[in-house]
Amino acid sequence: MSWTMIAVLAVGAYAWKALGLVVLGGRTLGPRAAALATLLPAALFSALIVVMTVADDDALVLDARVVGVAAGAVAAWRRAPFVVVVLVAMAATAAARALA
Amino acid sequence: MTGSARAGGYRRNAFVLSLAVGVVGVTFGVFAAEAGLSLAKAMAMSLFVFTGASQFASVSVIDGGGNPVSAVGSALLLAARNTLYGPVVAPTLRVRGWRRFPAAQFVIDETTAMATAEDDPDTGRRSFWFTAGWLFVLWNAGTAVGVVAGNAVGDPAAWGLDAAFPAAFVALILPHLRRRAGRTAAALGGLIALVAIPLVPAGVPILLAAFAVLPALRVAEPLPAAGEGEP
Repeated sequence: MSWTMIAVLAVGAYAWKALGLVVLGGRTLGPRAAALATLLPAALFSALIVVMTVADDDALVLDARVVGVAAGAVAAWRRAPFVVVVLVAMAATAAARALA
Repeated sequence: MTGSARAGGYRRNAFVLSLAVGVVGVTFGVFAAEAGLSLAKAMAMSLFVFTGASQFASVSVIDGGGNPVSAVGSALLLAARNTLYGPVVAPTLRVRGWRRFPAAQFVIDETTAMATAEDDPDTGRRSFWFTAGWLFVLWNAGTAVGVVAGNAVGDPAAWGLDAAFPAAFVALILPHLRRRAGRTAAALGGLIALVAIPLVPAGVPILLAAFAVLPALRVAEPLPAAGEGEP
């Protein structure tokens, strides 16, 4: 990987972030846009959870991650502390992999 | 109830999340070294690109013999979602002037999730910066360890590290699910991603999920009057 490529990646990745925070985030949002922005985390993080749980590049895969995330979700639902949610998910995934 | 009240304090949560990110940083360092990157190049990636998924994607394309244009293209597609986080965290961060430019580097999945899991904007802002600090330090330290010391963490998949992140985001999304509009946005966003994963390049499903907010707004409770503020 060349230095040129690393520079292009760094500038490109930063440009996305700055476009979001400085340009889009610099405007005063109207009530409708503000309400939409408030709902964005729910939509985006839900999609991120799905991608991290069942995607392998552009393939849908059901593997031990599903078991772990389900166990973590139950722990979160039962109001377990954050670190417990993470550890439960890891332990369940590791156990499912060890058994498979 | 705030996210931190339920989850045991944003400081501890930020550290736990960053520790997991640091371990992934070690695996990035190992992967980068195996793909022929020097310590300087691997560190430049983690310091300046500072977007884990994009770093792995670009190194993996190059390592697989792919061309640089497609490596950069797929990496930047994965990084595009950070643009959507800007307007979400801007009202919480309230950075002005030149400070917006360094702050932008830290607008990523984890910091946005930690900031928006808090109801109180001041706590949200502190949570963002606490997460940003630990994450940046541990991601870069992990990268250095991975390049220099090699695989110090074994196979992270064997101890389930890949499930740590989606589970952490489940915990962080819960405060958004208290209202019907949030639940609708989450359900539709997840569904859009699920349908889109096999159809479009990696990174795009999450961008498409943003459209879930449009129908979700239709089921939103009426907005509080100006100046009344959220509880």
